[in-house]
Amino acid sequence: MSDIAHHDPVLPSVAAEPSRGGIWRNLAVWGLLPSWLLMGFALLVPIIIIAAVSFATRGAYGGFDWGFNLAGYRQILFNEGWTGELEFTPQYMVIILRTLLLAGTTTLLCLLMAVPVAYYIANQPRHLKTILVYLVTLPFWISMILRIYAWMIILGRHGPMPRLLELFGAPGGLSFMYNDGATLAAMVYTYMPLMVLPVFASIEKLDGTLIEAAHDLYGNRWITLRRVILPLTAPGIAAGAILVFVPALGAVLEPTLMGGGKQMMMGSLIQLQFGGGRNWPFGAAIAMTLLIFVTIVLILIARRAAMREVTT
Amino acid sequence: MVIDSLKKPSRTVFSPFSNFVARFGREQTAEISTPQPVPCQDESRQMNQQNAIEVVGVSKHFGTFRALKSISFEIRNNEFFTMLGPSGCGKTTLLRMLAGFENPNEGTILLKGRNLVDVPPHKRRVNTVFQSYALFPHMTLEQNVAFGLENLGWDKSRIRNRVGEMLERVHMSDFARRKPAQLSGGQRQRVALARALAPEPEVLLLDEPLSALDLKLRQAMRNELRNLQRDTGITFVFVTHDQEEALDMSDRIAVLGDGEVQQLGSPTQIYEEPVNRFVADFVGETNFVEIEVLESRDGWATIRTPFGQVMTVPTPGQVQPGMATLSVRPEKINLGNQAQGNTFNATVIGKNYMGGYTHYILEANGIEFRASRRNASREGDTIPVNSTVSVDFVQAAVRVLAS
Repeated sequence: MSDIAHHDPVLPSVAAEPSRGGIWRNLAVWGLLPSWLLMGFALLVPIIIIAAVSFATRGAYGGFDWGFNLAGYRQILFNEGWTGELEFTPQYMVIILRTLLLAGTTTLLCLLMAVPVAYYIANQPRHLKTILVYLVTLPFWISMILRIYAWMIILGRHGPMPRLLELFGAPGGLSFMYNDGATLAAMVYTYMPLMVLPVFASIEKLDGTLIEAAHDLYGNRWITLRRVILPLTAPGIAAGAILVFVPALGAVLEPTLMGGGKQMMMGSLIQLQFGGGRNWPFGAAIAMTLLIFVTIVLILIARRAAMREVTT
Repeated sequence: MVIDSLKKPSRTVFSPFSNFVARFGREQTAEISTPQPVPCQDESRQMNQQNAIEVVGVSKHFGTFRALKSISFEIRNNEFFTMLGPSGCGKTTLLRMLAGFENPNEGTILLKGRNLVDVPPHKRRVNTVFQSYALFPHMTLEQNVAFGLENLGWDKSRIRNRVGEMLERVHMSDFARRKPAQLSGGQRQRVALARALAPEPEVLLLDEPLSALDLKLRQAMRNELRNLQRDTGITFVFVTHDQEEALDMSDRIAVLGDGEVQQLGSPTQIYEEPVNRFVADFVGETNFVEIEVLESRDGWATIRTPFGQVMTVPTPGQVQPGMATLSVRPEKINLGNQAQGNTFNATVIGKNYMGGYTHYILEANGIEFRASRRNASREGDTIPVNSTVSVDFVQAAVRVLAS
């Protein structure tokens, strides 16, 4: 474990200065040990297990047998016939693309709604700011399943929302449930705070005189937003986008409950393989594909951020 | 390189800006100068032509705090105008109103005769040099200077020329592609100036722009600012709490205190002829002596000091006979053999040797006051503590203050 710590990029100054080594270096390494142990057991070990399972052989009655097998990964693109011949199938790719589309749309809508909200909160007096930030995090204090059920009631047949619309002349008996729109609404609702908080933090850090300077130099609101506020809050927006996009890829509850399970998503697909599908290696293979995809995206974003850092 | 030229001003030209004047100065003034006022019957319009800004009865309050109490004054075209005052006197609020970041609760502000109230900042031909410079950290210097010009819709080649010209003018051409984080405080200050001057504003506002610089740089920048104002002919409105800065650079100074204009005048008027105790106290150093006014005629009063002198001194306007306050600057007091005529004796109870001059703390009739004497020769600082000296006030240079 301490071997990993030595190669950790977080400690370059300590490692690079042999004269300051000795006690301090040891203290840094041993002091971080609990974190490394936690990271190892809670994060790394499960990933290794899933990776191992993805290469295992499917058990006859569920579960898996050890033994190297690429069937899990092959199944993402190909159907295996009775006689063992492979046939290309896009069905799982469709699910993956649909999941990407849903997560992407969720991220975009969260962004469009969170930026004005965060901007508004950041411009309030201090005491009001604290209260508003607390209100943003309030939904997290209630179980997510309960909140989803609440939405099902609100949007469902004879729920408050259709009733309200009936007052304005809409036909009776409407339901907004069990379609892609309902899924998306619940997704945006669920992940919005994760976007608001980092965007708020970066807007609050923004020097107000820069905005005044932009106005002073003949920039109207739109120019100021596009050329000063957005570029300077980009790190917060990127952080928010990651915080929303990544968990949205694995969402299970919203598509199942709000969408009525009509549209299979990656999260449900994986869950299915470990449950009713009894195909652990396939489920693990999809999970690994998702993980690798997300990691590549994150590395690309981090690279770009690092490049920008160098040029500023 | 730029810093070097600041530290060691060359013998012939004091400011690094001045070689710019030779090259660009003339065309520059031609481009910016406002058209000569056409002979006009309407008197008020002609007044407007002379004034860059007119502040008419402006009040501003924040909650119960009255920051500005019905202030009125004019800022003339092409002048270096300074608003001087202690913190909380309302000078920054006033500047922010000129920029458009605040609106007055009452009164109007006219820019070249046009009402400015309710005109948003981006529609005013007024630019600001911010105290913190407020350069956009994600843009290069070029992009910073071009920002205002792009928003004004200038065409690309004109912007490129103007940006190059402005960066050259502040000696930052070599840094055009750098970002603000890579510059020193003085360099950022220059870029902020270039950025604010590039769009050729009708008025340039400067919010304590020198306060973040160290002493040496600050003194050099004073001269640069002054030259820049003369070269461009743009009206500068400068806000500071530093009386020395104000006296050094300004054509006219408005001393603000307690939300009101205490006095408006040239630096000499402000220093030599303060109208009240606030101005006399805030600008420079002075002694306040309680005196008795025996007789008062227009502009002059015969007074008796507590030291027994009877003399005739200048006053601002009419002063009622009775008790009043006299302001006597330390350097307007003659000591020892320099004192002649209307003298009295005082005891030296302390002194501070300041190099160029010596500060004496004197006492007479139980009243303490300070006098300073220039150390013209090495032997200047000769009056010993505890000795008795004869003292007289320079009569034409003391002021009876309006109560």
